Amino acid sequence: MADISANFLGIKSPNPFWLASAPPTDKKLNVLRAFEAGWGGVVWKTLGSQIKNVSSRYSSVDYNGSRVMGFNNIELISDRPLDLNLREIAECVRLFPDRAMIVSLMADNNRQSWHELIKKVEDTGAHGLELNFGCPHGMTERGMGAAVGQDPDIAARVVEWVMEAATTPVITKLTPNVHSVVPTGRAAVNAGTNALSLINTIQSVTGVDLDTFVPNPNVGGQSTFGGYCGPAVKPIALKMLTTISQDAVTAKVPISGIGGISTWKDAAEFMLLGATTVQVCTAAMHYGFRIIEDLCDGLNNWMDEKGFKTIDDFIGRSVPTLTNWEELDINYHIIAKINQDKCIHCGLCYISCEDGSHQAINLSYGNPYNTYTVKEEECVGCNLCKLVCPVDNCITMEEHRKGDEYLNWKEFQRRGLPLNDH
Amino acid sequence: MAVRNNRLSAEEYQQHFSDIHPPFETRDAALVEANRCLFCYDAPCTKSCPTSINVPKFIKQITTDNLKGSAYTIFSSNIMGGGCAKVCPVEKLCEGSCVYNFMEEEPIAIARLQRYATERAITEKWPLFERKPSTGKKVAVIGAGPAGLSCAHALSREGVDVTIYEKESKGGGLMTYGIAAYKVTPQFCQEEVDYIIAIGGIEIRYNTTFGKDITLDELQQQYDAVYLAFGVGLARQLYIPGEQLDGVVDAISFIYDIRNSGFPAVPVGDQVAVIGMGMTAIDAATQAKRLGAKDVTLVYRRTQQEMPCTEAEMNIALLDGCKIIWLAAPTEILGEDGKVTQLVCNIVKLEDAANGRRQPVITDEQIILPVDMVIKAAGQMPFEELVHSHQLNNDHGKIATTSNGVTSIAGVFAGGDCVNGGKEVVDAVQAGKDGAKAILEYLQHRNGNNDGNHL
Repeated sequence: MADISANFLGIKSPNPFWLASAPPTDKKLNVLRAFEAGWGGVVWKTLGSQIKNVSSRYSSVDYNGSRVMGFNNIELISDRPLDLNLREIAECVRLFPDRAMIVSLMADNNRQSWHELIKKVEDTGAHGLELNFGCPHGMTERGMGAAVGQDPDIAARVVEWVMEAATTPVITKLTPNVHSVVPTGRAAVNAGTNALSLINTIQSVTGVDLDTFVPNPNVGGQSTFGGYCGPAVKPIALKMLTTISQDAVTAKVPISGIGGISTWKDAAEFMLLGATTVQVCTAAMHYGFRIIEDLCDGLNNWMDEKGFKTIDDFIGRSVPTLTNWEELDINYHIIAKINQDKCIHCGLCYISCEDGSHQAINLSYGNPYNTYTVKEEECVGCNLCKLVCPVDNCITMEEHRKGDEYLNWKEFQRRGLPLNDH
Repeated sequence: MAVRNNRLSAEEYQQHFSDIHPPFETRDAALVEANRCLFCYDAPCTKSCPTSINVPKFIKQITTDNLKGSAYTIFSSNIMGGGCAKVCPVEKLCEGSCVYNFMEEEPIAIARLQRYATERAITEKWPLFERKPSTGKKVAVIGAGPAGLSCAHALSREGVDVTIYEKESKGGGLMTYGIAAYKVTPQFCQEEVDYIIAIGGIEIRYNTTFGKDITLDELQQQYDAVYLAFGVGLARQLYIPGEQLDGVVDAISFIYDIRNSGFPAVPVGDQVAVIGMGMTAIDAATQAKRLGAKDVTLVYRRTQQEMPCTEAEMNIALLDGCKIIWLAAPTEILGEDGKVTQLVCNIVKLEDAANGRRQPVITDEQIILPVDMVIKAAGQMPFEELVHSHQLNNDHGKIATTSNGVTSIAGVFAGGDCVNGGKEVVDAVQAGKDGAKAILEYLQHRNGNNDGNHL
């Protein structure tokens, strides 16, 4: 059995799975049940100024019968009294001392407010703080949340205030609602943050009701931009995570990865791209705390299979393989191959290649089953047919190098090799 | 032992003959199934449908909540798509060729999804088709069965005025009179006919028998073209001793009586033997059981491998408690006082023949079934005399046509069972479409003083 425990700036948790700052972590009742279920830690739902929420608050994107592929909310930070939150945090820390207790904070935009809030929170015994610089709705209009995270200078100033008061590790949570997360990430690191977490939710309109013509979620005939998360945002989160992992400044601090993590596989991917711990929300909101069982179990079995003894053995391992396009090997060439024994004759490879790619699949009509074969000389090795094929390993991509040597675009240009060859 | 009617309570009849093919109860349930569809290109299911319904398209339209579009996709290929979704042997056609079969996965429930899309269109009477302005052309159609209705609908869409002559008092043909009532309820059959003719331009004259109440000569004088779709009807005889005894009936008339007279009116025995293993044999056996027969035994001279019905059909009979005796050839029906008492069968052995197929060889060994009713389901024969009397080229009573229904008489077209000798409803619907196309071409040619081609 591999050791899946995490040590994040000295904050230890029996596994790298934390519940992200959100409704599942806004009260003792929930957090205790999450800990009982096996979660490694929680980031307590953001504390700060008193707010008022509206109804409804969530909306989602379904795809081909799958519910909540993407999830959207217009809920604000915790609407429970601060004293009650602090009391409950202290009780949770006392009852489960081996679990990570991070508290998310969003104070009013001045030094004193931050200092006061940090003092109160640290008195609970919580192990760390997460600065909510990412909330994309409601708080931004008051100069908080994403309004801070979108401006590196403001972010740096707030982090400096925080670091003056904080005695526990500070994680700065980044907003994805920027052209790049790196400038704010660097500003926060330079201002002293101990760690980064990303991504917060992405501003979105999840859809428009075709009967009422009001976008969702519908609040009395109106709607507002919400924060998008869930499985749909994972690829965007992974990209942003990688930019933080690859930047010389931001790579100096540990990262807690967030964004559509639903399974142990998602978690492993975040960790391979540099996350030390991962935070989960939508999946837990969808299916409940019980998903922690397979998150731990699956990660453990995968680590055993790969020979990883601790999570440190693979954190960041995939980061160097993501490179700039011009570094890619132009001589590397693959060609699709269709296994006729596995083919179920659905024709999806053919029509996707024919209409969507490079017309490299041959159709031989049959009744009722057609035969599909690859025109090897036309195949550019794009993967599309393999991606749409409903049968695992029916279409494989076989390596047929164009040349033995590694040849990238820069070198290709330097040698003046011919273009437009296809 | 006795053959008698009115064996059950009204509730029991209701229960025994209710629709065994309910559509999906909810939109959610339909969506789960519809979303499984892979949306194949040049889909095998479509190519396996005699009417070429664009199955992936109509299923995709269910998933996008475009139910009107979905129903239109179905009906534009098959105007009886509602009924076909209930009676088609889909395991031999669309569902049988679903690519999921290659993955050892359940095929998409195409028929059930088709019922989901069409049932609402029919019950809510969606006007999906608009008839072109009348061209003044008039076509007579003989028979308001699947071929006749399909032809009439296709013609009416193009502005042709159609009169259908139907010998029965209801439309639908074998759908209404020749198929088990639990597969297509009488109410559904009526609604389906009403839905088809709601396009307008189609008049059905019921209780009018071709060759008796109306002749081909008269029709040729009154109409621009005639489409013959009078089906088949005569039950094939067994030609064994005792066939004339009381209690021996043919499956066609047994099923007809159930559909025509109502369940309580139809007499059924305590111990019933059904001869044959085709669809009609199954429909007769299961309905005999559902009418209250104690024991129903299907007798078939070959094995399950050769049976004409599908496995799904056979399973309905088995689930109803019917027994099957394989490899038994009826050789004599015995009786007392003119009433059936026993069915004598000789055991059949299959022996390898030179052509590789196993040939049935009747042995001397006999089994005797005590029965009070024998239902013969040995197939149907064409209306040979009717066909001959009209000097139509034919093959043993099956009207000879080109592939699109052109007969040997100019301006006379034919399709469906009266041409193919008896196939599925879906084949008849396609024949009606083909016939309509040929008629439209013929009418157009005639406008240009061209007689068109005929056999």
